[in-house]
Amino acid sequence: MVLSKMSSQSDVSVHSTFASRYVRESLPRYRMPETSIPKDAAFQIINDELMLDGRPRLNLASFVTTWMEPECDKLIMDSLNKNYVDMDEYPVTTELQNRCVNMIAHLFNAPLGDSEAAVGVGTVGSSEAIMLAGLAFKRKWQNKRKALGLPTDNPNIVTGANVQVCWEKFARYFEVELKEVKLTEGYYVMDPEKAVEMVDENTICVAAILGSTLNGEFEDVKKLNDLLTEKNRATGWDTPIHVDAASGGFIAPFLWPDLEWDFRLPLVKSINVSGHKYGLVYAGVGWAIWRSKDDLPDELIFHINYLGADQPTFTLNFSKGSSQIIAQYYQLIRLGHEGYRNVMENCHENAMFLKEGLEKTGRFEIVSKEIGVPLVAFSLKDNSQHDEFQIAEMLRTYGWIVPAYTMPADAQHITVLRVVIREDFSRTLAERLVLDVSKVLHELDTLPVRLHGKVAVVEGESAAAEAVIAGEGRSGAVNGTFLKKTEIETQREIMIYWKNFVANKKKLKNNKNTIC
Amino acid sequence: MALSTAEVETDESVHSTFASRYVRTTLPRFKMAEHSIPKEAAYQIINDELMLDGNPRLNLASFVTTWMEPECDKLIMSSINKNYVDMDEYPVTTELQNRCVNMIARLFNAPLGDSEAAMGVGTVGSSEAIMLAGLAFKRKWQNKRRAAGLPTDSPNIVTGANVQVCWEKFARYFEVELKEVKLREGYYVMDPAKAVEMVDENTICVAAILGSTLNGEFEDVKTLNDLLAEKNKETGWDTPIHVDAASGGFIAPFLYPELEWDFRLPLVKSINVSGHKYGLVYAGIGWVIWRNKEDLPDELIFHINYLGADQPTFTLNFSKGSSQVIAQYYQLIRLGLEGYRHVMENCMENMRVLKEGLEKTGRIEIVSKDVGVPLVAFSLKDNSSHDEFEIADLLRRYGWIVPAYTMPADAQHVTVLRVVIREDFSRTLAERLVNDIQKVLHDLDMLPSKMKAKMEMAGKKTEMETQREVTTLWKKFVMERKNKSSGVC
Repeated sequence: MVLSKMSSQSDVSVHSTFASRYVRESLPRYRMPETSIPKDAAFQIINDELMLDGRPRLNLASFVTTWMEPECDKLIMDSLNKNYVDMDEYPVTTELQNRCVNMIAHLFNAPLGDSEAAVGVGTVGSSEAIMLAGLAFKRKWQNKRKALGLPTDNPNIVTGANVQVCWEKFARYFEVELKEVKLTEGYYVMDPEKAVEMVDENTICVAAILGSTLNGEFEDVKKLNDLLTEKNRATGWDTPIHVDAASGGFIAPFLWPDLEWDFRLPLVKSINVSGHKYGLVYAGVGWAIWRSKDDLPDELIFHINYLGADQPTFTLNFSKGSSQIIAQYYQLIRLGHEGYRNVMENCHENAMFLKEGLEKTGRFEIVSKEIGVPLVAFSLKDNSQHDEFQIAEMLRTYGWIVPAYTMPADAQHITVLRVVIREDFSRTLAERLVLDVSKVLHELDTLPVRLHGKVAVVEGESAAAEAVIAGEGRSGAVNGTFLKKTEIETQREIMIYWKNFVANKKKLKNNKNTIC
Repeated sequence: MALSTAEVETDESVHSTFASRYVRTTLPRFKMAEHSIPKEAAYQIINDELMLDGNPRLNLASFVTTWMEPECDKLIMSSINKNYVDMDEYPVTTELQNRCVNMIARLFNAPLGDSEAAMGVGTVGSSEAIMLAGLAFKRKWQNKRRAAGLPTDSPNIVTGANVQVCWEKFARYFEVELKEVKLREGYYVMDPAKAVEMVDENTICVAAILGSTLNGEFEDVKTLNDLLAEKNKETGWDTPIHVDAASGGFIAPFLYPELEWDFRLPLVKSINVSGHKYGLVYAGIGWVIWRNKEDLPDELIFHINYLGADQPTFTLNFSKGSSQVIAQYYQLIRLGLEGYRHVMENCMENMRVLKEGLEKTGRIEIVSKDVGVPLVAFSLKDNSSHDEFEIADLLRRYGWIVPAYTMPADAQHVTVLRVVIREDFSRTLAERLVNDIQKVLHDLDMLPSKMKAKMEMAGKKTEMETQREVTTLWKKFVMERKNKSSGVC
């Protein structure tokens, strides 16, 4: 509509993008260009740059869905231009959201009557959902304290040190103190007893995770509920529980329906789940569900009247796309209980297969549990010569993205590799991965030993010299003899030193970056 | 991959969706069904229900983009499975975001050196952007007060009563008081003089709007800056300005480049703009830009190391799709300054056509200004027999969605209709709309007026008239309740 002028000028280039001048010029990176370019050129240039991004489906680090059926892709495309917040103009889309909320609330055994509407909302992800849930707890706690004439300036929240970064964000942005229960070696989730010990009169809630980011483990919410109930009785504080079921919320109901973790436990007042993890939708949708109206203070809700009926809204974001909500509804009706169960069973089986394949190599220790999110977290039995970060790097050359992380406090000396089994990670891919991991182990065995991480960073050259003198791990080398360094050996050392430097910086990153 | 059993059972239905049993059973609305259904059936059922939604392109209420070029649609679809937050895995996507931030910062004349990196971030929309900007102001103010040993329990923000609902949300969720400058008839934006009067020691910032939701007007940020600078000199409080340029940020630089509203004014410390309004991208993207590092307290930033380089992040949302960021970059390089200028000029031209067409009816008064967002806000010169809500209702019959709103305090008695001119609202559509409005005015003249109906209340009322009164009253009630908090843009 706008660019009739441009079209005629650039007729030539429209016929052959790579023959036009647009691929010869450097695109400005810091300023908008003065003139327009034809759409084909714009598309091609961006498409080509994006080729260098990682492949989403080979990104084994992420829990977030990377494949949906083409029919769903079609629905997504058609609703790209619908602004989700226009409830008046798009009443059907709004109703689809409400249906999803109700379905998910029932999945979590919310205590609702047959035609009673559930209290919940669609969000952009679990981060927003957690912030909304936290806000509700904070406001409820403040109201309770004000009514008693007590101070409200020091709210805190009790969680495990294994929480995902969005809890830290919530704490920092909404001015709530984060009291973390430290982990211990071998126990990588929040200990219910320690958690309950930490609860005080300023605690707005205790947050349990169903599906820890680090090793997929489900925390024992039932035990937490029981211990907290006792403490509440003793103290008279009404401390509630929030379950961060970002990953586990769409797994536990299908694989372990008897596991009590949801609204069946009376102290659980709100739950969040990521639609874009095992809800099997592309990135961009999460759900926050409250037990009942009382758990969501009315003053936080903005009321919008939708053709006469009252539509309460409580989200941080306003305008956003409708596609993911529609996609979530598609999955819920397309799959139903049966379909989700089949998908989760497949994932679980593939995870077990991968686990066995890794165990067979004899070099790995499996850190993840059988009951939990279908993922395999593993570390080397012996990481003195080569560590998990090196394995991660070498796997990249085969195309796989398998991240290595260090555990948070107090288990920072433990490093794990993690493979998340999503819907689209089939058995054949699992077999190929096991094969490639074996190849990597073999390659690492033939490489000269890495310099011990700490020593390399602190002492550098002298450590390198020592390693050479000791002839550690150098297959075929003459032990104990001082060898003159050849050019290649020096180069190799420098490369190893540099790799370790980068890997250590990465370790620092990973302590804050547990991407899920 | 999961549903091999289901497929065998339903082979016949796959051949003809509407002949299968799936369109005969009610889909559960509150609980998940036990069984799966074939994907064709799922697609068809949802697609059919969605037919009853409004047509996005005829939704003249919304500022949000409803059309993009097919090439961009292709890019969007191919990046739909990329999780934006995985900076390590998708370094190019991350870099595209950084380039957008830099381009937009320079568009707003941020005081940056040639290769100096701008401070800013992509968000899901202006709501998130405003919350981040507000958080930064709040934290900066708290630090300043604590350093001076003063109390920090009563922060407030000064805005006009015409602010969009996300400012109210920010105030309520982040525990900041909202001090609103009331409007008055004929003056529907924030009065800079009154705003500066309301500033006190607890004010964390003054928020000006470039492109008011109600009538598209640009607030006079320069006057605000000058008056506030004077007050700051007297009081010693360092009260800054935030410009909510959700709509105007992608209009003013192209149509009114001489208008000083951005970082050229020294007190402006942060600006937000919606990529999904006149940034010409589908819903789901906004930008917030800070003047420089000092305006964003470091303690709010989470540091992530991206292959060795430090990548600071400061967003409320974590995982989200990458498509809109890529689409924004597409638009910025595809159109360039020239292309955006053409689009905005087209919008203004079409706005003029619509405005003149409406004025020609002789029954309509134009409330929007010429300088501002390309939209036409108008009300009836005489709304005693029929009002603007009825016009909105009748226009729906022709397919148009044109909302009617009452102004906020203190101009609640003024009702306006609003048509937003987006990129895809062409001249032919404008002419057709004028035509249909004339038809609607004609239709309304034929209907009995509600005033006459009131006068007949003393006399006998027919059943129809009573019903109609009740319907009209109820509709007005609903619309009034809606307009209190709706302000959908």
